[in-house]
Order: sequence, then C-alpha cells, then structure tokens
Amino acid sequence: MEISVKTAQQLRLTPEEFELIKQKLGRTPNFNELCAFSGMWSEHCSYKNSIKWLKTLPRDGKRMLVKAGEENAGLMDIGDGYGVVFKIESHNHPSAIEPFQGAATGVGGIHRDIFTMGARPVASLNSLRFGHLKDAKTQHLLSGVVHGIGHYGNCFGVPTVGGEIYFEGRYHTNPLVNAMSVGIVKSGETISATAAGVGNPVFFVGSATGKDGIGGASFASADITSDSVQELPAVQVGDPFQEKKLLEACLEVIQTGAVVGMQDMGAAGIICSTAEMSAKGGVGMRIDLDKVPTRQANMKTWELLLSESQERMLMVVEKGKEEAVQKVFEKWDLPCSNIGEVTNDGLLRFYMHGELEAELPAEELVLGGGAPQYTREYKEPAYMEKIKAFDPAAIKVPADLKAVAEELVTVPNIANKRWIYVQYDSMVGAGNASTNQPSDAAIVIGKPTGKGLALTTDCNSRYVFADPYKGAMIAVAEAARNIVCSGGEPLGVTNCLNFGNPYDPEVYYQFVHAIQGMGEACRKFDTPVTGGNVSFYNQNPDGAVYPTPTIGMVGLLDSVNDKMTMYFKEAGDVIFLVGKSRADINSSEYLHKVNGVEHSPAPHFDIEEEFTLQQKVTELIKAKAIESAHDTSEGGLFITLLESGFHKNLGVDVKADDSSIRKDAYWFGEAQSRVVVSVKPAKVAAFRKLMGDHPFAELGTVTNGAINIDGANWGPTITWKEKYDTAIENLLAGTESEQALSAL
Amino acid sequence: MKFGVVVFPGSNCDRDMQDALQNDLNQEVIMLWHKEKDLTMFTTDDCIVLPGGFSYGDYLRCGAIARFSPMMQSVIDFANKGGKVLGVCNGFQVLCEAHLLPGVLLRNANQQFISKNIYIKGVGSPDQALKIPIAHGEGRYYADANVLDELEANNQVIYRYCDETGAVIPSANPNGATRNIAGIRNANGNVFGMMPHPERATSDALGNVDGRIILNSLLMNAKTGAARSAAAVANA
Repeated sequence: MEISVKTAQQLRLTPEEFELIKQKLGRTPNFNELCAFSGMWSEHCSYKNSIKWLKTLPRDGKRMLVKAGEENAGLMDIGDGYGVVFKIESHNHPSAIEPFQGAATGVGGIHRDIFTMGARPVASLNSLRFGHLKDAKTQHLLSGVVHGIGHYGNCFGVPTVGGEIYFEGRYHTNPLVNAMSVGIVKSGETISATAAGVGNPVFFVGSATGKDGIGGASFASADITSDSVQELPAVQVGDPFQEKKLLEACLEVIQTGAVVGMQDMGAAGIICSTAEMSAKGGVGMRIDLDKVPTRQANMKTWELLLSESQERMLMVVEKGKEEAVQKVFEKWDLPCSNIGEVTNDGLLRFYMHGELEAELPAEELVLGGGAPQYTREYKEPAYMEKIKAFDPAAIKVPADLKAVAEELVTVPNIANKRWIYVQYDSMVGAGNASTNQPSDAAIVIGKPTGKGLALTTDCNSRYVFADPYKGAMIAVAEAARNIVCSGGEPLGVTNCLNFGNPYDPEVYYQFVHAIQGMGEACRKFDTPVTGGNVSFYNQNPDGAVYPTPTIGMVGLLDSVNDKMTMYFKEAGDVIFLVGKSRADINSSEYLHKVNGVEHSPAPHFDIEEEFTLQQKVTELIKAKAIESAHDTSEGGLFITLLESGFHKNLGVDVKADDSSIRKDAYWFGEAQSRVVVSVKPAKVAAFRKLMGDHPFAELGTVTNGAINIDGANWGPTITWKEKYDTAIENLLAGTESEQALSAL
Repeated sequence: MKFGVVVFPGSNCDRDMQDALQNDLNQEVIMLWHKEKDLTMFTTDDCIVLPGGFSYGDYLRCGAIARFSPMMQSVIDFANKGGKVLGVCNGFQVLCEAHLLPGVLLRNANQQFISKNIYIKGVGSPDQALKIPIAHGEGRYYADANVLDELEANNQVIYRYCDETGAVIPSANPNGATRNIAGIRNANGNVFGMMPHPERATSDALGNVDGRIILNSLLMNAKTGAARSAAAVANA
C-alpha cells in the first residue's frame, strides 16, 4: 500500500502534520505507523490546540502529590496518610450516536483512570447537557445516557453521588456526557504510569481486544455531521463486570509489590499506553502483538494498535515476579499475557509473528514530546454585540409573580432530577452521607478514613456563553461555594472543557477567555487544576454548543460529622440572606426560559465579594451559628427558599428586604454570591454579631409548610414540591416509549 | 455467633456488609471466596450472608450462575442442616435460583433500575415502618398464588413495602412486587432473603440506623434454626 498525503488526510492528519511525521522518522511511515500518529496526534490525545493555554492554569498547590497532567488523574493529600484521586472526562461524541454504550464506557474509562493509580473509587459524579426535553431525539439520548451511566456504575459498584444536567437547544445534536470519578489511596501505594527497568516484562491484562472503538480518538476530534453514524464502529462497548474484576485484581496485584508501572487503555488503545508509559520513563518497548488476547481472528496490526476495547490495562512488572502477577489474574479469571519487554532505546517496536510491523520513537508520539502544539487565532464572537445591546428595562416586571414562580419550578433545568438519579445506585459503598441529610455538595465518607469528601460538578454554560471569562469564574466560584456551604474546604479542581471547533476563531475566543477566567478563580480559591480533559468539536453544521468548561471540585471535611446541610430544620427558625440582593435578571432561567431572551450579559459576579462571602459562611459553620446553608443559583432566591424547605416539607414566610429592587430580579434573579441560611431564634443575636459588617438581610421565618411571599399566601409547600418533583417525569411520560413501557 | 460473607466475582456490597456487621454491630466476620468450599469453621448457630451486587455480571439471569459456584454447594448444605443464611438483593436472587427460597425476582415494573430509600415493616418492627435503601433492577418478587398463600399462612413473609406511616398500600411498592413482598424466609425459618439493603443503614454517619433493627432481630436475636424448624412443623 502506497502511503501518501491523501492517506494521512483520510486518517484526519493534516498535510503539514504528514510532513512533520516524515521529518521526524526520516522516512515515509508505513500504514501501521501512520495510524499510530493519527491516534496519538488527534486532538483527543495530543491536546495540540489547547495545551498552550492549559499551561496557564494554576497547577501547583501544597496538597498536590503529583504534578498536574503527569498521571492519569489528580492526586491530593487529605492527611492521615491518605490521598484523594480524581478526574473528569468527556464521552460526548460516542454518546451522540450510541448513547447507552457511549455513556457506559465514559463511566468505565474514568474509573480506570482512578484505579490504575492504585486508588479505590468511592464516588462518581457526572455533568450532562441535552437539547430541549420535549424533543423526541433528546428523550432518546437522555434515556440511553442515563441507562448507560446506571448500567455501568451500578454493576461496577461505585455510587453516583452527584451531578448536574441542563437542557438547552444548543446541545440538540451534540449532547455532553462528562463523568467524574473520585478514589482514595494510601500514601505509598500509588502506581505511576511509567515504564522502567530495561528487560522488565510488559503485561497486557483485562478483557480481550476486539475491533470496537477503532479510531475513537480521532472520531472524537471531528464535528458531528449526518455522516457520523457511519462511525458507529468507533464507539466502544463496555462490560462493567469485567471492570469490577479488573479493579479488584489491580488493587490486589499492587500489594504483591511486583508492579513497576501501570496505565489503562483508553483513547488510542495499545499505541497510546505503550507510547505514554515509555516516553515518561525514557525507555522503549518491544511488543509482540500476536500475544495480545483477541476476541476475533485475524486482527490486523493497525487494528490492534488502535482498538479501544474496554477494561484493559498495560502493566510493567518487575522481572522475576511474573508468577505472583499471573496468580492474581488467574484468581479473578482475567486474561493476563506477557506481550513484550522494556527496552533501552526509546523505540516502540511492534511485531506480528516475529515480523517487525511498526517502529516508532515513543517520545515523538506524545504530548510534551513530538506531538504538534498549535496557537490558534481568536476573535470576539459577533453575537457579543447582541449581548451588549440587552436592556433589562425592556422586560416588564410581571404583575403575577406567583404564576412566574409556578412556571420556573417546572423548568427542567430547575425541577427535581429524580427521574434520572433514581436510576443510579447512589448508596452502594455505604458512604454517601447526603442521602438522608442533603448538602449543596455531595458528602462522601473517604473510607477507610473518617474524613468527609465534599464533591460537586458545576457549570452554568449560558453564563459562559454570555461572558466566557466571567462565566468560567462563576463555574469555579459556584463549585467552591457548594463545598463551603457543605462545611468543606475546597481542595482542587478537575476540568472538562467542552467547546466547539477550535479552528473557528469565535469558538477559540470562548476557549481562551474561559481558561483565563478559570485560572483567575482557581488562583483566588487556591484550588489548583490537577488535570482533566478537553473536548473540542462539539459542533455540527448548525453551530457549536454553549462553551461548557465544567468544573469538578473536591473539598475536604476533617470529619464527615462536620458537614452542614442545605435544608431548614424547624418552623420558627429565622431565615437570613448572606450576601447582597441586586436588581439583576441577566442570563437567568427567568429571563431565558420565561421571557425567551437568548442574549443577555452574565449575572453579577465579583470575585472579591464571592471570596469574602465564602469565608464568612465558613466562619458561621465553624461557629455552629447556623442550621442550614443553601446557595442561590438557577431560579434565584425564591427557588433557593423552596428547595431549602422541601426536605422536611417546611415553608417560608419572607419579605423582600429592599423594595428598590425590581421584584422579578429580587425573587428570580441569579446575581452570584448569595447564600440562604437559617438560624435558631436563640442564636440570632450571636449570628448578627458574627456577620459584622458583611452584607446580609433578615428575610423572615421558617413555617410549618405555608409559603408566604411579601405577605401573599402562595399555597402549601407540598403543592410546590409536587410540581417540582414531577415536572421532568410528566414531560417524559408524554412519549410513546414511556407509554409502551408503563403498559407492561 | 459469627458471620461468613460470600464474595462472588461481581459482588459489590460484600465490603459494606462486612463493615456493617464488624464495625457497627461488633460481630466477627469471615470473608468467603466463591471458589472455596470450606465452611467447617461455622456451626448452624452462625450465619452465611450472600451480599448484593452483580454476581457473575448477572449474565443469563440474576443469580443463575452464582448458584453453581463451589461455595454455593456448601452454603446449600449448610442451609439444609439448619444453618442461618441471609441473602440481600443479589443474594436474595441467588437464594431463589438455588431453590433455597421459593419464587423469583423479575424486572422492576417500571423497567428501570431504582435506587432510593423506601419503607418496610415486618420482623423486628411489625407496626412501625423502617427506612431502608433499595438498589435493584430486578426486584419484583413473584410466585404463583398457591405459593404466596402458603408463605402467608406460614408467616414466611418477613418484610413488606409500606409507606412512612406503615400502611401496606400499592403506592408504597417500588417495584411491583406481588403483595408488596420485600423479603421472605423458608419454611424452616433459617434462610432469609430480602431486596432492601439493611447494611446501608447501620451507621450514624449516614443518618439512618434502621438497618440495625433488621440485622439484630433477624439474625442475632432469632431463635436457632432447629427451634424454628420445630415450630414450623408444629404449625403445619
């Protein structure tokens, strides 16, 4: 087969990249080698259009135990000889065409990143975006994705403890499926994804390799078009049972002391794991591909190199200790093959039945080595003019606020997501402390320690669309606020950067500005970015998704018993707003969903104000001055008050403290940096003293279930709760499939 | 008494059960690997627990493969000698597949996996509802009417789904189980199966310890298998 620039282009490499490859090799690559470059230099593996900007994010911190991006996931010290390992990753493209397997393997992949480092996953979270929920295609995607996440996580046995989901037209063709995993590891028992020790054997462990997922990495590096369904073979197929066995076997094999280094096989399969492990260790590998266990006969070299079959690991083992390793995998009935050895020349040599099929310098394939790094152009998107032109005075304050509230409470972005989360096992592991006593962040016991992990994923992407810089700061601030309101100290961040096509300067503008905002906020909150994932090309012929730089944040509580909850405890408790009310309706659900305004600025946000607020809330919690803390977010103050009452069917009797603020902004506006707290009447004086000159307002009291707003009776909490709880279910119940199922 | 917790490949509540029994209820626990057979360290006063999870990936049918594992042959012998056996969730499915308990567990009526707190009442709490988590896709207990009548006549239904106030009503039934059945025992009174997870509700840190009532009254404070067996015969 003749290799030309055309072959390279068919493999999604540019002509310039093809020239660069020839230059680096000093010859024209054969087809296998070109395939290797295609996978490794794909956007997905090489971060070629993002790495320059990613390096501007704060990547150091006193608790960080590995450098950002150095290992498969971030690792931070939580004290007492334990560390927390966490990462978030996207599986958007596969989920767009095969939602069930796409989402399932996304979950499987992120858990492997955690246990390949020697940690036991204790919690998972997710961040999802779909089109309008009324749309039949969205319902198909939603149901497939939720089923896929549940199928994999439930069987694997790690609780899904939190997440977020938004429904916006911009995600109609390009849904986003981001999965996060969090694990606990004992210091000194972590495993690095590094190959070392010339002559050490290289083991392939886990499931046999098939033809699934071939080209997945490069498929994820292109826009979604009507032809994308042709790429179905690029979608992987998951088996959570195999992964559960792989988890137990890997954690057990680490205890033998025989493991030198380990890396899971995700994007770009064998080529990626061999290249990254070798490059990091400054070594090479000789691999006999015919020794890789396969699911089907006659797999070709390039198929073996690129297959993204799931539940597989590459492991470098100390020579002489092979037997101990084999024994563990035998116990767990998992394939385990010695497929090669570590060499000293930095070259990856792949053999088939003794024939050399590919020879590649590991360093040239990887990020930080020979992979190209680009600086892309960017310019302010044209739509920004429309955003600047928005005038809130054009929106009349509605006469019937209660009717607006009733509409808001059923907006899918606000309403109860129970139809979704009930399908996830949220309690396996017996460590989810939020099931019975909810907080703004999920609180999970970091077993075997008694410490609490406060976990959250956050990103209001409409804010980012309106103002990428400020919107990304808000995403970080909201994550930190959720952790602080739960009694935790924010530790660090993992990010999942979902954007459109990076070759579109307007998309790249969003990316650059979001990174800058994220960096500033992470520096302010002292939450370094420990790692994450970039997903470009979330775009289709109609345009790009909202820029969605999702923040996964981990916080720490010295004891899980120190947690603060988000719900009112008792009638008669006094309700305060910590923070300042503002005449701001910008980018709110109220403005966007009720009034149908697509373009308006991001809501009010000032990073100093936010930082001071969070410090104050921490002080209140430590002083045991408050009974509950719940931050205001989508739907504004009214929704925050409602949600605070739902858990115990309590209500509120509250009045706006500032009559100069337009009523719709007061109750439904989404200005940032506000937290609703409740205080025992006997502690009100102490609370006021603690507040000092920090802005706050007394709103009213907790009631036994009546909602009174500005003196008007808005009916009982249970009526609101019913609307809130059933809104999504009612939308879904209208569909044919649901009707068919319920008839069974 | 002591406990043995069987670990099948795919079990994922084995460690939770161990934690609950060992740390929250101060019991001695021995973990048992599915490929082993030895139960000689246990007497019939002891209890073998089949934990929740997805044994053998739930391939073929939940519990259908686990039934044939070497350890299960010993567990079946142990049960037939009067030793106590508890199956939770997937463990309940295994017990039904192994014919140690009658009936089957079908796919939930809504065809979806369900994970949430529900309420049950029965042994240890005949009148008051206990809040216990469920997490299953196949938890709809089913048996034909004769079997159900017999179970009820022999007091073999140990837990039923109810609402917060203890009312056994259809709307409190999460999965469509026949007659709101959440758990049953065998005629001899030494083999118990239930879909809800008591081991997820034994720790103060989780804010719910209703599961302790179940484990205590079902296993620790129960009469011995032999005594139960005699009583069951007398009833018949």
